[in-house]
Amino acid sequence: MSSDYIVGIDLGTTNSLVAYMQGDSPVVIPGEDGLNLVPSVVALTLDENENNQIIVGNAARKYLIETPERAVYSIKRLMGRGVEDIQDELKLFPFKLAEDLHAEEVLRIKIGERTYTPPEISALILRQLKRNAERFFAAPVTQAVITVPAYFNDAQRQATKDAGRIAGLNVLRLVNEPTAASLAYGLDKKKNGIIVVYDLGGGTFDISILKLHDGIFEVISTNGDTHLGGDDIDNLLIAVALDDIRGEHGLEFGIDVRRNGEAVARIRKAVIEAKIALSSQPTAKLDVDLPGGKKYQREISLEVFEQIVQPIIDRTVGPCKQALKDAGLKPGQIDEVVLVGGSTRIPKVRRLVQELFGREPHTDLNPDEVVALGAAVQANILGGGSEITKEMLLLDVTPLSLGIEVAGGVTDKIILRNSTVPASATQYYTTQVDGQTNVAIHVLQGERELARDCRSLARFDLKGIPPMVAGMPRIEVKFLIDANGILRVSAREQRSGKEAEIDVQPTYGLTDEQVENMLLESFDYAEEDFRQRQIIEARREAETILTALAKGKKNRAWQELTNEERRKVDTLEKTLIAVKDGDGDDYHAIREAIDALNQATMHLAELMMDTAVTTALKGKAMDDTDMEDGPQAGHPVAKADFE
Amino acid sequence: MRAVHFCSSCGKVQPPIPVDYFTFFGFPRKLNLDTAALEKEFYALSRKLHPDVFGQADTRERAWSLEQSSMLNDAYRTLKDPIKRTEYLLRLEGIELEEQSKQATEKARATGELKKQVVPPDLLEEVFELNMHLEELRMQKKMGEDDPALLEEIGKAKISLEGKYDVLFSELKTEWNKWDKAVDSGAEADKRKVLDRILDVLNRRNYVRNLVRDVNEAME
Repeated sequence: MSSDYIVGIDLGTTNSLVAYMQGDSPVVIPGEDGLNLVPSVVALTLDENENNQIIVGNAARKYLIETPERAVYSIKRLMGRGVEDIQDELKLFPFKLAEDLHAEEVLRIKIGERTYTPPEISALILRQLKRNAERFFAAPVTQAVITVPAYFNDAQRQATKDAGRIAGLNVLRLVNEPTAASLAYGLDKKKNGIIVVYDLGGGTFDISILKLHDGIFEVISTNGDTHLGGDDIDNLLIAVALDDIRGEHGLEFGIDVRRNGEAVARIRKAVIEAKIALSSQPTAKLDVDLPGGKKYQREISLEVFEQIVQPIIDRTVGPCKQALKDAGLKPGQIDEVVLVGGSTRIPKVRRLVQELFGREPHTDLNPDEVVALGAAVQANILGGGSEITKEMLLLDVTPLSLGIEVAGGVTDKIILRNSTVPASATQYYTTQVDGQTNVAIHVLQGERELARDCRSLARFDLKGIPPMVAGMPRIEVKFLIDANGILRVSAREQRSGKEAEIDVQPTYGLTDEQVENMLLESFDYAEEDFRQRQIIEARREAETILTALAKGKKNRAWQELTNEERRKVDTLEKTLIAVKDGDGDDYHAIREAIDALNQATMHLAELMMDTAVTTALKGKAMDDTDMEDGPQAGHPVAKADFE
Repeated sequence: MRAVHFCSSCGKVQPPIPVDYFTFFGFPRKLNLDTAALEKEFYALSRKLHPDVFGQADTRERAWSLEQSSMLNDAYRTLKDPIKRTEYLLRLEGIELEEQSKQATEKARATGELKKQVVPPDLLEEVFELNMHLEELRMQKKMGEDDPALLEEIGKAKISLEGKYDVLFSELKTEWNKWDKAVDSGAEADKRKVLDRILDVLNRRNYVRNLVRDVNEAME
């Protein structure tokens, strides 16, 4: 099969998904467990030989409660950030910083015995999605479009791109989540008009206003908050529960319940379930088994819930108003409003959106999947397009202004927010001292006037300027924000025509060299790795069918086969055992033997099915019969990925 | 004449040639501009130049597309806005604008330099009075006091300023017409004179804009 698949990935705070374009419509690729959503949870456990195993997704979730110190969630909150700006996160989330962290280093999180940077943890999630897609296509997947919150800054985008590289993916494009959603939304509509995408996810909030015009999706303005989402609602509810518990069981737990990782994890699970329930019912119950045999129970009414979450939801109002203002639009000029992100299921959020834009929002798309589906559409466009996408083009903007620090610590804005990307600006520099060969440039991102209030992106050192009298060199520096929203800088000394060398010191990111060193092995051996895994999976599948066959032979249906049929099955069984246990590394041979055996046992399966139907009621009861692990089990549910 | 973005025989994207934004779109260097036609052209060129179209192209073509489409976006952003367009034309014609931006004000404050600020003569009296009122308002705010009469006074001044702002825009448009006529006739001396007047209108307009901004900030 071809290896040209380009997938679209939604790397979410809470859940991640991978999708691709199947003919004219984008579809989500399920994991081995058959589920579309892969929880963005990574656990590091020890196997029987005390070796570290990495587990990602649904299978990792139980470790959040069993061994909270060995599992991590919501890592997206830490992407592209420094230690000094995650102090709030450290209070509210069970992130543990590496003990040997030193200044000027990208932060690392402790999980079990090991430490990882946020891009590495994200890479583990991406690798899981990559494997899910490879399993689905039975072919290697090396190219992807990954979505990011529209309001992500340069460092957060770069960190996401690094994560892709570490996972062995060539990231063709970073697409803004609300924009991706609009692509999925507009795919079959072919409408013109102004649409608003309100995206409140697990950890980030974005608002984007787009103009749709004959297949061109032009973002007019965007705003948001990269640290606002469902997580914050959970944390408030957890705080309420912890207060209750301290009141109720104060003596037994004292203040310790806050420090008891397992207790907090159990409470977190319960409040999330209650939050979800309150989107469709007027009350929900919290029922938590606390460590030590105590129980915590409480009922939460929708009214109380809405009071608690009001401050969180209100924080989305400012960005919405600013986006409207920047677009130069009044709410009456909005044609449609689209909701994205799981948190938009909260009725109170829907009411707020309706009030803000004076329109009933669309809810016909699954808010958990629409971003991944849009990413798949963009992947299709980048791959050369198809009939349905050939007229589609995305024109996105940069969410934050780009500036340079000038005399007096002031930010000189050179590319304003909401400029369509790619966008560029050229600045000229000269020297202050005779013979000076270096010039330092401090690049910032943000809207504030003073450099110290903006986000420091990087310090560039222009080197190798030919020695001249002060003020003589004329160095042209071009700042270019590419279609991913990531800055590129190039410089040239105009009098000598010499390209100036640029030494980049990213303020919060990994250097290229660091990324190189982090590449998961699978990157170097993408093809080999893929084959190895195919062999392992094929062997595993062979085991399953052989076990099922052994069971089938004990069924009375086996005796109903003709002698010839039985002989054929026996021969093919031997063949499969031989190729499975052989030294060959050709997974195709194993697959062929499996298929042959599957074919030969078709009749047996049918007979067993008849037996099952006559002996049990149709439906669920069938699971209890011999049909379990029947010979037709095509894709057994395999265990989570280990390493 | 429009700049050449593609190879005439194979249709492939070409490395960008340094041209001004008007030439990029193939528009004459005039200030009255059909923004609907500009948008149409922007969309048409975006479909051909945007990096998404070159997802599968070689490195060189991808790099050209990146440069071409960033120039397209920079040009569109500048030309579609009437003020940015006017300021851009002045720079093209070698005239530097006086710094009236907020950033320049901050910079002057931070460095302790005196900002070069020319108060338009016809506004002198009004500005003097308004600044006094604003100072008073800031003081009152600090003390937590509230004087409705003062707020009304400032509100009136704001409306008057906004009116002036609109008038200045019409003045600017009159100058645009003169500039475009001078371009057609090729009268270099006329062009120079018009540019000077445009600069004067823009400076006054920026001045008024900054005043309105100060009023809004004080009243927040």
